[in-house]
Amino acid sequence: MSALCEIRGLSVTYQGHPVPALTNVDIDIHPGERLAIIGESGSGKSTLARTIAGLLPAGARVRGEMRWSIGQAPLPGRDMGFVFQDPSASLNPVLTIGEQVAEGARRNLGLTWKAAHERALDMLERVRIPDPAKVLKAFPHQLSGGQRQRVAIAAALATGPGILIADEATSALDMIVQAEIVSLLDELVREAGMTLVFITHDVALASGFADRVAIFRNGELVEAGPVGAVLTAPENGYTRTLLASHRDLSTPPLIREAAT
Amino acid sequence: MMLLDIANLSRRFSSGGRDVAALSDVSLTLASGETLGLAGASGSGKSTLARILLRLIPADGGTIHFEENDWLKLSGAELRRRRAKMQMVFQDILGAFNPRATVASVLDDPLRIHEIVPKAERPKEIAALLERVGLPASYATRSIREVSGGQRQRIAIARAIATRPSLIVLDEAVSALDVSIRGKILELLVELQQERGIAYLFVSHDLAVLRAVSHRIAVMEAGRLVEIGAASQVIENPRSSAARALIAAVPRLVTGLPERHHYDV
Ligand SMILES: Nc1ncnc2c1ncn2[C@@H]1O[C@H](COP(=O)(O)OP(=O)(O)O)[C@@H](O)[C@H]1O
Ligand SMILES: Nc1ncnc2c1ncn2[C@@H]1O[C@H](COP(=O)(O)OP(=O)(O)O)[C@@H](O)[C@H]1O
Ligand SMILES: [Mg+2]
Ligand SMILES: [Mg+2]
Repeated sequence: MSALCEIRGLSVTYQGHPVPALTNVDIDIHPGERLAIIGESGSGKSTLARTIAGLLPAGARVRGEMRWSIGQAPLPGRDMGFVFQDPSASLNPVLTIGEQVAEGARRNLGLTWKAAHERALDMLERVRIPDPAKVLKAFPHQLSGGQRQRVAIAAALATGPGILIADEATSALDMIVQAEIVSLLDELVREAGMTLVFITHDVALASGFADRVAIFRNGELVEAGPVGAVLTAPENGYTRTLLASHRDLSTPPLIREAAT
Repeated sequence: MMLLDIANLSRRFSSGGRDVAALSDVSLTLASGETLGLAGASGSGKSTLARILLRLIPADGGTIHFEENDWLKLSGAELRRRRAKMQMVFQDILGAFNPRATVASVLDDPLRIHEIVPKAERPKEIAALLERVGLPASYATRSIREVSGGQRQRIAIARAIATRPSLIVLDEAVSALDVSIRGKILELLVELQQERGIAYLFVSHDLAVLRAVSHRIAVMEAGRLVEIGAASQVIENPRSSAARALIAAVPRLVTGLPERHHYDV
């Protein structure tokens, strides 16, 4: 399969930090796939996202190559959307929801404000916000965390980008809302045939819907491949440790449930 | 007599013209050495209950008996003295500590305030506490900012056990930690409970965490306690829709393994 993006020998070092945040990473992003980037905190996941998005801070040193199949990098905010852990970081507190969802579509797609507003309303319906016409006029602080994240997704998708990068997009939400947002993301990217780069520290969450997974540790890619292969027959010891430390409801408890 | 007996606890908040019943008529008990897991979606009232219990905010109504004291009626010197027996561990936020503090001063405070050991013995006690939570005694001189999130949570646990409490209230205490570290912290908490008979009120939105450590689980929804029972009972046989929704939302590791084949023997 020809890759949408080929990353080769990528190393990133932040200014004033002696230790590289990413070291010699080789990875492909395939068109239309759901690629999960998995690792514990500090493993370099967000650095990879920022590098792909061209959002590294000034002074960061980047080595290696990033080749896009279309010849040039997708334009962030138009051809590439982002959703971050904290939706407040991507939403402007003093603009209405409608203004911010419409803004990208207006600026990047050359729509009139009226057309952009219709687009915003349509997007809010697609992310299943109850009473979208009312929410259009609301401010971010008037919404719950889960609703703000739906709005952030609507804003990221309003320009019809070919690739969406979600960096811990559900980590600040409670589990019920997390499950809703993950299935929403999954459905929307499938519908649009979009490529999704889903960044998470939760291997189980990724296992439920990713096509491929890439496991990161200390800035290095330790293992990548189809989700089934990596999770059933991990080649790397760290991947095995990560899987072993996962707990769900079928994991034996640490205590005995004595009669109380 | 139960260690903790909460009866008909209620609390409302009004903010921005809206009136929220954060806690409505909640009653529950906790025995010595027992862990009660408190589950619920975000906004269901878990932290409000924890904060009232810790006397950080007042209740509108209801009573709490803790170690046979009428807990919400205690005040002044009496409350300060009894507080040693009920400690807390919250989600790791640096803000929980004075950023200029050293690890030693974080642990020295409760030892001094509650007169746990004489001044001359405090350094030795601090070293013992650090070792008990799996940190080298040499960490005492470090700044609280220099240590990792997992280590800070160990220090928060050391601070909590310093006053020899009978109950520790944990509010999302492991939610911000990486899974590998989270597992070790849960193991430490269980060991400490078995060793010292401490009871835990363990608040989390993550049912998998509660399943690991809880003897019983209580489920909250919109300020009400909608289900309470043995942990295995609530997980395997939930009766409330809130519990069923929480169970369904726990991510399961899907390995894509085909169904196990049955071989003829
Ligand atoms: N803006 C930054 N300046 C300096 N160092 C950074 C910055 N962002 C991240 N780092 C460092 O880079 C490493 C990788 O971090 P990050 O990419 O954020 O990991 P993750 O997203 O997996 O938690 C960490 O050691 C982190 O401290
Ligand atoms: N200080 C406060 N002022 C106004 N509303 C509050 C305050 N604290 C909590 N609430 C509200 O009370 C409800 C319960 O909140 P909380 O106890 O924090 O829930 P949980 O810990 O289960 O997420 C929520 O609707 C929340 O918005
Ligand atoms: Mg990150
Ligand atoms: Mg809370």
